Formats: sequence, structure tokens, C-alpha cells
Amino acid sequence: MATQHSRTAARIMMTPAVFLLLVWMLVPLSMTLWFSFRRFLPLRGGDQGFVWFENYTRFISSSSFWPAVQTTLVIVGGVLLVSIVFGILLALLLDQPMWGQGVVRILVIAPFFVMPTVSALVWKNMFMDPTNGLFAHLWRAFGADPVVWLSDVPTFSIIMIVSWQWLPFATLILLTAIQSLDSEQLEAAEMDGAGPLARFGFITLPHLSRAITIVILIQTIFLLSIFAEIFVTTGGAFGTRTLTYLIYQRVLESQNVGLGSAGGVYAIILANIVALFLMRIVGKNLDR
Amino acid sequence: MARAVTTQRKAINTTIAWAIGLLIFFPILWTILTSFKTEGEAVANPPVFLFFDWTLENYAVVQERSNYMRFLWNSIIIAGGSTLLGILVAVPAAWSMAFVPSKRTKDILLWMLSTKMLPAVGVLYPIYLLCIELGVLDSRAALVVILMLINLPIIVWMLYTYFREIPGEILEAARMDGAGLKEELLYILTPMAVPGIASTLLLNFILAWNEAFWTLNLTAVDAAPLTAFIASYSSPEGLFFAKLSAASTMAIAPILILGWFSQKQLVRGLTFGAVK
Amino acid sequence: MGRITLDKVRKAFGEVEVIPPLDLTIEDGEFVVFVGPSGCGKSTLLRLIAGLEDVSGGQIRIDGQDATMVPPAKRGLAMVFQSYALYPHMSVRKNIAFPLRMAKLDPAEQNRRVEAAAEVLNLTDYLDRRPGQLSGGQRQRVAIGRAIVREPAAFLFDEPLSNLDAALRVGMRLEISELHKRLKTTMIYVTHDQVEAMTMADKIVVLRAGHIEQVGSPLELYREPRNTFVAGFIGSPKMNLLEGAEAEKRGATTVGIRPEHITPSATEGQWKGRVGVAEHLGSDTFFHVHVDGWPEPITVRAGGEVDMNHGDTIYLTPDEERMHRFDAQGLRIA
Repeated sequence: MATQHSRTAARIMMTPAVFLLLVWMLVPLSMTLWFSFRRFLPLRGGDQGFVWFENYTRFISSSSFWPAVQTTLVIVGGVLLVSIVFGILLALLLDQPMWGQGVVRILVIAPFFVMPTVSALVWKNMFMDPTNGLFAHLWRAFGADPVVWLSDVPTFSIIMIVSWQWLPFATLILLTAIQSLDSEQLEAAEMDGAGPLARFGFITLPHLSRAITIVILIQTIFLLSIFAEIFVTTGGAFGTRTLTYLIYQRVLESQNVGLGSAGGVYAIILANIVALFLMRIVGKNLDR
Repeated sequence: MARAVTTQRKAINTTIAWAIGLLIFFPILWTILTSFKTEGEAVANPPVFLFFDWTLENYAVVQERSNYMRFLWNSIIIAGGSTLLGILVAVPAAWSMAFVPSKRTKDILLWMLSTKMLPAVGVLYPIYLLCIELGVLDSRAALVVILMLINLPIIVWMLYTYFREIPGEILEAARMDGAGLKEELLYILTPMAVPGIASTLLLNFILAWNEAFWTLNLTAVDAAPLTAFIASYSSPEGLFFAKLSAASTMAIAPILILGWFSQKQLVRGLTFGAVK
Repeated sequence: MGRITLDKVRKAFGEVEVIPPLDLTIEDGEFVVFVGPSGCGKSTLLRLIAGLEDVSGGQIRIDGQDATMVPPAKRGLAMVFQSYALYPHMSVRKNIAFPLRMAKLDPAEQNRRVEAAAEVLNLTDYLDRRPGQLSGGQRQRVAIGRAIVREPAAFLFDEPLSNLDAALRVGMRLEISELHKRLKTTMIYVTHDQVEAMTMADKIVVLRAGHIEQVGSPLELYREPRNTFVAGFIGSPKMNLLEGAEAEKRGATTVGIRPEHITPSATEGQWKGRVGVAEHLGSDTFFHVHVDGWPEPITVRAGGEVDMNHGDTIYLTPDEERMHRFDAQGLRIA
């Protein structure tokens, strides 16, 4: 639909955005790559030249690497599981006729808008604090000993906090997907003799599969880099150090930039593997 | 056509849904309630819900002790500035891609998206170093630019999906009616896209407001926004529940309200148009 | 004035040539209809004239001036789109005034012209409404109003009636024809509907795959289609095209006979067949007749109240004078 004139205009108008993002991507990325090949300790001798892949092997072979990978996987997997399962149930529930649907929707979505530092802090203190937290009161009311959440079951606690933040996101997307299901399809299935469970299994769930995939991919990308929740609650202690947090500690706390950068490259590769799948779905959607 | 549902069934749905809704909302509600209690009531066992002496004292103390207004102002400048700047850069780009698509449009869009997937921690040190070198560490300007860049792909995408819903024929009609590029953008496209631009603004303001990696790592005192203000309460000496609640309430209240307005656009914005 | 000349105009999208070099002259004041099946390039041709697409070669002249590289806004043409393309955020008044505003006309003059156009198009009562509050027919009239206020050199219509329901379409067809009679401005009208072409055009341009198959007045095309494509495309119901023995008998590869040029009879005639489907329209009756040994049924028009039904034996006699003959290339044999 275009003439030469408008195409030229389009190219000019696109330039700033493309240029900025290109710089934003290439400059830090190449710096990270550069540092990852060097021994670089800003506070202890500065840049001490190329060590090539030593940082990469050291990062992997360090005793904190595999626990960090494990923690990352447990947290990401746990949050995904909680938000998808409960997200589907909640979405199905919210799709039912009821009074005050709009208000309930708002109540359910609200946690998504809470600043991560706030939600981490509120959970940590007002709910999970072993002496004054609400959970402690609740446990005592039933005669049980309060759980010291963040040191006894730290990973579980973090999964709980993060799930609370991301459940609304999953619910909202799944609800949107459910509402886009053509009700005639369900009626046709009902005419064909399918009961409620069969209808859910054969019609609704397959219809949701795309939305579920998208939720998984997008959440994975965000969850791989959760930071504030750990920063505020445990500071990476008690085995809650994720890959992201480990890299952060290497770079800014112990100021071992070379090592941290090598870790950063690993994180980038990991995120890109997930991103690749997401982009294929989004890309396919563009063609329609 | 939906069938009539029995009142009984509807009542059951309503009860369950409200119960779950309130349960999910409870931490926020509890925070807001606690912010009006005295410190003693805040930690009382058994907890008090509504029947306490409502007080605004905590808010006054928080403002007095930590200069809440300065953090708030930083948050507004950083979130608002990055969003406006992003829109300014993104509108022309999204216009180009939506109305003058070429073979590369799809690739460019996906590439933009891929920059959003870059884990921040992977480029933490370079950005940190660049900020020091340029003397902009702990400055609002640096955060405005950085948050603009990390949200730019989302802004472009959202605008792109909104623009694509505007039929190309309308713009062609304007061209036939004698409108040049400038008039086309000014009189036709922008007014038609106002709802889309508004929701893009809103969502990105929220995302920028809540961003808690760069704002925590690149600020110290001068430019620290509310995310950092709240994080400072995690140190033991700040541990007063009522004051913590007051500070939290102030940090999330504006966004909760904005967020409720933007909930319809949220899905589209965060799934890059893949779920509508 | 609005004389439009296309000189070897060519359009290719990448490797694909959608319009091979094409010559066409549209005289001032003419109502020209581009007609053809979908994908024949008729809309592309219109958009080339409008300037919404660049030509890949050749020249477009408007009133003798080379307009090939002139942007659409400067060509002095007005266009009515299939979707009407009204500006949804503007009132009807502002929609119609938009081209005048772009031309920086004095507001009083703008107003005068808008009121005049609204008067002509029966839109006076709707001037302050938004397009969203109008019916399909009214929107169509707003689109036309927006086109006429500019007093353009020529009007371009891109399938303007295809979004309207059947009854409205007939009404709008008449309105557009009347408008043309009154304004006497050149109009170029694109449609895939040969009925619209036949009823409205001074000159029909039949297109297929970017080629002009034939140019002529509606009756010329009806009487002397240049090839089997035009023969089959113009006229409703379609012309019957016969091959084999019947064609050879008349010295052609294909012969064509229109349904209205065959006389049916219950008792005698040249061809004997059986009535398949009988469509009783009241004013006419169309019989789809299976003639023994022919692969396809042929269509015959009979008077309104002929009482013959499915399965009846029918005799058909073609009017030899009205028989069209085509050679192996499908071209008309004079």
C-alpha cells in the first residue's frame, strides 16, 4: 500500500527507535563479552588482562554455581506451576456468571501492580515474621510453633511471594483466552453429548494451550531475572541464591567483574533459549 | 446465547469468587489497614482488623523521617519521563511498521522484542561502568533513559498492534483529501489512536514505576525512587510495621488506581498482541 | 476538466507483474467502469491513477499534465473507498470539510460548500453526528460528499457498493448515476459486478490478469464481445458457450448464445432436452436444460409465467443471428 515517498518517510521515522535499541543492545553486550574474557577486579588490581575462558570455567565449577541453578529452576518451576494451575481454576471461576464480577476481577489483579520491593517487604515482615507476623499469630492460635519462614523454608517462601505477584498475570491472560472461546463450540460439544469435564478437556483446554504456552514463556523470562524479592527478603542467604542473584553478587558485591560477566553471558544464553520459543509463537501470530 | 443460570448457582459462584478474591487481595488490604494503626496495635496478638484507633500519625512520621516526597517525586520523574520519551520515539516507528510494512518489518519487531528478553543482570556491570564514566550514576536522567530503553520494545509493540487496527484506507483517504504526512499524523492518526496511546502510556508508566533492578542498583541518594525507598525499610532498624505499611501504601496506591484503569490493556501489552 | 491518459502504465510487485504495460484514455466527463473478476488488477489500476501506488513504468497524464510522480494529494482527484474510510473521530460536517480544510479554504466558504453538498446528498440532518451513528447508506453518502466538495477533476470509486445490502445497492447505484449526470465530471468506478458496470457505465473496461480484454459501451460489449471471456463475463445470466459438433457446424471452435436468444417450446425445436432446475422469478423464468449428449446444461430465458417444471421435455431453438462464434484462441470471428 505504499509509494516510494511514504517508504522513505517510514524509514526515517523508524531510525531513532532502531538506532537506540541497537546501541542499547550492542554496547553493553560487547562490553560484557569483553570483560568476561578478562581478569577484572576493580577494587583489587583492576583489569589484569586476558584470561580467555577461565572465567567461564571458574563460574561453572564454583561451588555456588550448581546450587544457584537448582534454586533458579525450583523457583521458576514452582511459580509457574502455582500460577498456571491456580490461574486456570481462577479464570474458569471468574468466567462464571456472578454478582460483582468486575470488583472480584480487580481484587484478583491487584497484586500485579504492587511494586516488587513492597510485596517482598510486606510478606517478609507482616506475614512471615516469626514473632509478630500474621502467620505466626495464626500458628499460635492453633497451638503450633510459628515457622521461621525465610530461614526454615526459604525457597518455598519466595515461591509463595512471587506466585502471589504473578498469579494475577496468568489469570488475566487465561481469562482473556477463555472469553475468546466461541460459545457455539461448547454448545456443539454439549449437543454431541460431552459432559462438563469432557468439554473442559476436549474443547477448553486445547483452546487454552496457546495462552498457557505464552504465559509459561513470558513468566519464565521475567522469573529468571527476579531480583528485588530476593534482595529484600533473604539477600541470597539460606540457599535462595538464584543465578541472577549470584551474578549480581559477583559483579557488585565481590567486584569480580570478569567472573560476573561470564555468568552474565550464561544468563543471556539461557534467556535466549526461552526467548526463541516465545518469538516463534509471537512471530506466527504476526502473519495473520 | 447464554442460558439463564439459576440464582442459587450464581450465589455459589459469587461466594466462592469473592472469598478467593478477598484472600488474594488480603495482603494489600492488611497493609493499608495496618498503616492506620499505632505500632502497638500493628503487632497485637490477636490481630485487630477494623476496631482500632485510626491514626494518620504513621504517614506524618514517614514523610518527616525519610522525606517521602523526594522519593515520590523521583518516581514520578523517572516513570513519567521514560514513558513520555519512549512514546516520542515509538510513535513514528510504530506508524512506519503498521502502515508501510516491508519484508523486514516482522524481523525488526521480533528483534526489538528480543532486546527486551536480555537479562538485565547480564549487562549490569557495563551499564554501571558507563554511568560512572559519564558521571550519571545516581541521576534521574540515567534512569529515565535506561527505563525508556528497556520498555521501548513494549511501547513499540503495543502501539503497533493498536495502529494496525486502524484501517489503511482511512489514511489513504486523508492523502486523497490533500493531507500531507504531517497533517495525516496530526489530524487523522493521532486522534484515532488516542485510546491506544493512552493505554500504552498507562501500562508503561506502571512498569517503569515498579521496575526494581536498575532503580535499586543505579541509585543511592539523589535519584532514588520509591522502590529504593521501600527497600531501605528492609534493614532491621526500619522495622516498624505501621510505618512500613504507611510507606508501602503510599508507594503502591497511585499505581493500584492507575492499574485498575489499565487492566484491559494489560494482556495485550504484556503478551505482545499474542493473546487478545 | 478531467481527461486521464494512461500510457504504457505498468505495475509489478517485486517479481510479479500485476499490470503489464497498458494504454487507456478516459475522456473528460466520461463514466468509466473497470470490471473483472477479483484479482484482475482493477483496484490496483485505480490506485495507480490515484497515486496511492507508484507505477513501475509508463506515464499517467491528467489533462495533458504528467502526473506520474505527483503525490495523491496534489492530483486533484477524489476517491470513495470500499470501506468508506470516514474519519471516525470527526463529525459528518468535519469529515466533509476535511479536504477543504487541507486546501486551507476560508472557513465560511468551507461551510457553504459543506452545506450545499449535504443538501444534495440529504445529509443536512446528520451533519453533527459521528460516522459511527450512521447507517451504511448514509456513510456512503458522506464519503461521496467528502469527494464532491473538492470539485475534483475526476472521481474514483473503489467498489463503493459492495458493503451495502442488495436493496440499498440499487438505490445508491441510481444516486451515483444521477450525480454523474448532474456534475458531468469524469468518474472511474471499479466493480466486480457486471450489473453495476452495465447499468452505470458510458464505457466499460473489462480486465483480466491486468490485461484489458475489451473497452466499449455496455451495448457494444453485449452485442459484440471480443472473446469468450468477455462473452461469459458480460450479461446475466451468463452466455451459454458450446463446443464440439454445434460449434463445428457453424465453422467455429466455440459458439455462444445468450439465454434470452433461445426460444423454448414444449412441442418442437432444434434441440431437445429435459428441464433440470426451473427458476421462476415471476417476470422471467430461467430453465437449466440438459440437452442429450451435451456435457453442461444450458440456460434459457422464458417468459414470466411459462408452466414447465423439473423433468419436462423441452425443445429449444437458438436465434442464429444472435449466435457468437469464437476461434480456437477464443477470439471473435467477425
